[in-house]
Amino acid sequence: MQTLGAILAQLLHLVLMLAAAPLVVGVTRWLKARLMGRRGASPLQPFRDLDKLLRKRPVLAENASWISEIAPYAGMAATFAAIALVPSFARGMLLAPAADLVLLAGLLALARVALALAGMDVGTAFGGLGAAREMSFSAFAEPAMILCALNFAILAGTTNLDAISATVQDGQLGLRVSLGLALLALAAVALAENARIPVDNPATHLELTMVHEAMLLESSGRHLALWDYQAALRLTLWLALLAAVFLPFGTAPAGTGPHFWVLGLLAWVAKMGMLCVALAVFESAIAKMRVFRVPEFLGAALLLALLAAALLFVSTGLA
Amino acid sequence: MVVHGVCLAVCVLVAVLAVAALGFGLPAAPQALPLGPPWGRAVLALDGLSAWFLLLLGLSGAAASLFALGHAPAPARTLPPFPLFLAGMMLTLLAADAFTLLFGFELMSLASWALVAADHSRAENRRAARLYLTFAAFSAACLIPAFGLLAGPSGALDFASLRTTPPDGWRAAAVLLLGLLGAGAKAGLVPLHVWLPLAHPAAPSHVSALMSGAMTKVALYVLARLLLDLCGPVQPSWWGLPLLAVGAASALFGALRANLEEDAKTLLACSTIENVGFVTIGLGLALAFRGADLGTLAALAAGAALLHALNHGVFKTLLFLAAGAVAHAAGSRALDRLGGLIHAMPVTTACALAGALAAASLPPLSGFASEWLLLQALLAGWRVSDIAFQVAAAAAAAVAAMAAALAAAAMVRLFGLVFLGRPRTPRGAGAQEVSALERWALILPVGLTLLLGLFPAAMLRLAEPALEALLGAAALPPVRGVALTGGEGVSAYLPLVAAALLALAAGALVLLVRRRSPLATTRGPVWNCGFIDPPAHLPFGDPLTQPGGGGIAQPLRRMLGESLLRAREQVDMPEPGETRPGRHASGFEDPSGLLLLAPVARLRDRLAERADRLRDLTIHRCLSLSFGALIALLVLLAWLEAR
Repeated sequence: MQTLGAILAQLLHLVLMLAAAPLVVGVTRWLKARLMGRRGASPLQPFRDLDKLLRKRPVLAENASWISEIAPYAGMAATFAAIALVPSFARGMLLAPAADLVLLAGLLALARVALALAGMDVGTAFGGLGAAREMSFSAFAEPAMILCALNFAILAGTTNLDAISATVQDGQLGLRVSLGLALLALAAVALAENARIPVDNPATHLELTMVHEAMLLESSGRHLALWDYQAALRLTLWLALLAAVFLPFGTAPAGTGPHFWVLGLLAWVAKMGMLCVALAVFESAIAKMRVFRVPEFLGAALLLALLAAALLFVSTGLA
Repeated sequence: MVVHGVCLAVCVLVAVLAVAALGFGLPAAPQALPLGPPWGRAVLALDGLSAWFLLLLGLSGAAASLFALGHAPAPARTLPPFPLFLAGMMLTLLAADAFTLLFGFELMSLASWALVAADHSRAENRRAARLYLTFAAFSAACLIPAFGLLAGPSGALDFASLRTTPPDGWRAAAVLLLGLLGAGAKAGLVPLHVWLPLAHPAAPSHVSALMSGAMTKVALYVLARLLLDLCGPVQPSWWGLPLLAVGAASALFGALRANLEEDAKTLLACSTIENVGFVTIGLGLALAFRGADLGTLAALAAGAALLHALNHGVFKTLLFLAAGAVAHAAGSRALDRLGGLIHAMPVTTACALAGALAAASLPPLSGFASEWLLLQALLAGWRVSDIAFQVAAAAAAAVAAMAAALAAAAMVRLFGLVFLGRPRTPRGAGAQEVSALERWALILPVGLTLLLGLFPAAMLRLAEPALEALLGAAALPPVRGVALTGGEGVSAYLPLVAAALLALAAGALVLLVRRRSPLATTRGPVWNCGFIDPPAHLPFGDPLTQPGGGGIAQPLRRMLGESLLRAREQVDMPEPGETRPGRHASGFEDPSGLLLLAPVARLRDRLAERADRLRDLTIHRCLSLSFGALIALLVLLAWLEAR
C-alpha cells in the first residue's frame, strides 16, 4: 500500500511538473509585463509556442553532427530526471531515497554540458561564446550550491532532499540565521543557473549580453521546442527546490493519503505563485550586470554560504 | 610488435590476477627473493592495496599496449624502456621492503625519462625530459630519507618491521613532510607540478596515457602506503590537513590550467593534476577522520580516493589514447589546428565523448561516482570537532566543487574544439579514422568507464582488502546493496536508478516528441545570425570566424586566471590609417614556476659561478684543498667510530 502510494505520488508529481513548467514561465512573463505597464501575452502562451515549434520541420546546419540531434533529448532527459527528485506536493515519493542534492547538481551539469556541446557543434562564433560563458558561470555556481548542501548536511545530517525538507518542516530547527543566508545563496545560484536577470536576460537576443540564447541560435523545430521546454522545466525545478527546502509548509508527509495531497497541492501552487511574483518583481527592479561582474555576484553567494556554515560550526561547537 | 604484444598479455594477466586476489583472498606471507641488496633480501608481497593499484596498472597498461600494437611501428629506441617502465611500476607496487620499493620507483622514473626523451630532436622535449629527470631525482632525494627515518637506528627495511615502530615527534613530522614532497613531486601535486604538463605530452601517446593514468597513481600509492599504512594508525588528526590543502590546490590549479592550455595533450595532463588532487584530498580526509576516531567516515574518504584513482586511471588512459589517435590522424595536437573530426572519425569521437563526460564527472559515468563519494566525505568534515579543520574542510568542499565544474568546462572546451565545429586546417580536414586495433584500445576503456559508473558499489566491495590495508580490519566500504552511501550512511547515490531514470526519460521523450512532430529534419546553410556564407576559396569557412582555444578560454582567463595564474591579454591596436593588422595575444604563467623554479635556477647559477673560480686555483691551493678534505673526512670517520 505504502509503495503503491509512493508510485502514484511520483507519477502525479511528474505530470504536475511537466504541466506546470510552461505555465511558470508564462505567469512570470505576464507578471513582468504587468509590472512594466504592458498588457503582456497570456500565461498560456508558452504552450502555444511549444505546440507551434513541434509542428515545424527542424532545419539543421549543413555541417551539424549527431550531437545536434541527440543533445536536446539528452539535456531534456537529464532535467526530467532531476525534476523527478525534487518533492512538490508530497514527500516519500518512489524516488525519494535517490533524491540527493549532489546527484541533482550532477544531473543539471549533464544538461548544461549537453547544451554547451550543442552550441559548439556547428562552429559558429555565438555558440562558442555562449558555451564558454555558461560553463564559466557554473564554476562559481556549483561551489555555492555545494556549500548550501553542506549547511543542510549539518542541520539535517544528510544531503537527501526529502529528508532535509522533512527536517525543516518538523520545525525542530527553528529560525536559523544560517538557513536565511543559505536561502540567499541558493536563490542567487538559481538566478544564474536559469539565465535570469541579473546574470543573463531571458527576453533578449542581443548578442553582447546573451549566454543561454546564444547556444540555441542553430536549433529549430522540435529541437528548439525541447530546449525551451527544458529551460522552463529547469526554472520550475529551481523554484520547487527553494519551496521544498525553505518553505516546506503544507507538504504532505511521507506515507499519507490523497486528502493530504490535495492540501499539499494547494500549498505548493500558492508557494510557486509567490516565488513567481518574487522573481518578476526582482527582475523588474534590477538591471542586468556585465558578464565579468557575474563572478562577484556568485562569489558573494559563495561567501554567504560559507558564512552560514561557519556560524553553524560555532553554534554546534558551543552546544 | 612482439614487445607490445607481450606487454599486453602481461598487463591483462596482472589485472586478472589482481581481481582474483581481491575477490578470492590474498596470498598470505610475503615472499623473500633470493636476490637483493647486500644487507638483506628483496621482499615481495601482494596485499589489498597493492592488488587494487595493480588492477589499475593492468587495465591502463593493457589499453596502452593494445593501442601501441595498432599504431605505426615505434622507433626502436622506445621499445626497451616501455616494458622496463611497466616492470618498474609493478615492482614498486609489489615491494614489501623499502629498498625494493625505491628501486622499482627509480626504475619507473628512469625508464619513463627515456620515453619522454624519445623524440629528442625537438628542443622543448629535451627541456621537458631534463626537468622531468630533475624532479625525479628530487623525489628520490626526499623519499630515501623518509624511509630511512621510518626505519630508525635498527635499519630493518621490510614493511613488517617498519610497521612495528611507528615514528613520533619530530621524526613523524619529518616523514610526513618528506613523504609528501617526494611522492607529491612524482604525482604532480601543486606546487611541484611544473614538469607534468611538459613531460606527459612529450612522450608517445600510449606512454603519456600510462604516465598520466598509472604512474601518478603509483606515486599516490607510495604516499598512501607511507602515511596511512607504514606510519601506523596512531598519527594525529592534523596529519590530514597538509594533504587536504595540497590536494585542493592541485585540483583548482590543474582544472584552471586545463581551461587555458592550447595543446590537447597538455590540457589532459593538467586535468591529471586536478584528479591527483582529488585523490590526495580523499587520502588527507581519511587520515584526519582516522585520527579523530571516525571509522565510517575514514572508510568513506579512503574509498573515494581508491575509487577515484581507478576511475581516473581508466578514463584518462582513454582520453590520452584518443588524443594520440587525433594527433596521428589529423597531424596536430594544437586545439587551434583541429576541429570537425566528428565527421571523419566517428568511433574515436564517440569514445572521446564518453571519456570527456566521465572526466567532467557527470552522472551516470564513473567520474561522478567517485566525485560523489569525495564530496560526501568533504561534507562530513564538520564531524571532526576541531573548528579549524571544519572550516578547512568546508573551504576544500567549495574548491573541489569549483574544480569539478572547471573540469567540466575544460572537457567541453577540449571536445568542442577538437571534434565539433569546422576543420581549421586542410590537414585536419583530411583526417581518417584510425586502425581497428586502435579503435578497440579506445572502445574497451569506454566499456570499463560505463561499468565502473554503473557498479561502483561492487568495485568498492572488491576494494575492501585495500581499505583494510589502509585503515585496519574494521574498515567497511561505504556501500549498501547497489548504492554508495555517505554521511554516516544516510545519503545514498544509486547509480543504477539514475541511469535507468535517464534512459527511461530519453526513451519516452523520443517516442512522445516524434509522435507529435513526425517531420524529418532537413539541412540548410548555417544561420549564425545571418553571417554570410564562406567564399569559394575557403571551403570550410574562414577559421577565424570560429571560436578558437583562446576565445573559449577568455571568460575563465579573465574571471580566475588573472588572479590565480597571472594571465594577461595584450591588444595591439593600430592607429587609424595604419595598414598593419591589429593583434591580440594572451598567455599565463604558472606562479609555482616563477616562485619555485626561478629562485632555484638563480641559486644554481650563483653556485656554478662560485665553483667556477676553483678552476683558477694555483697548484698549492689545489693540493691543500684536497689535503684538507682528506683530513676532514678522517676526522668525521673517527668521530663516527667513537660514537
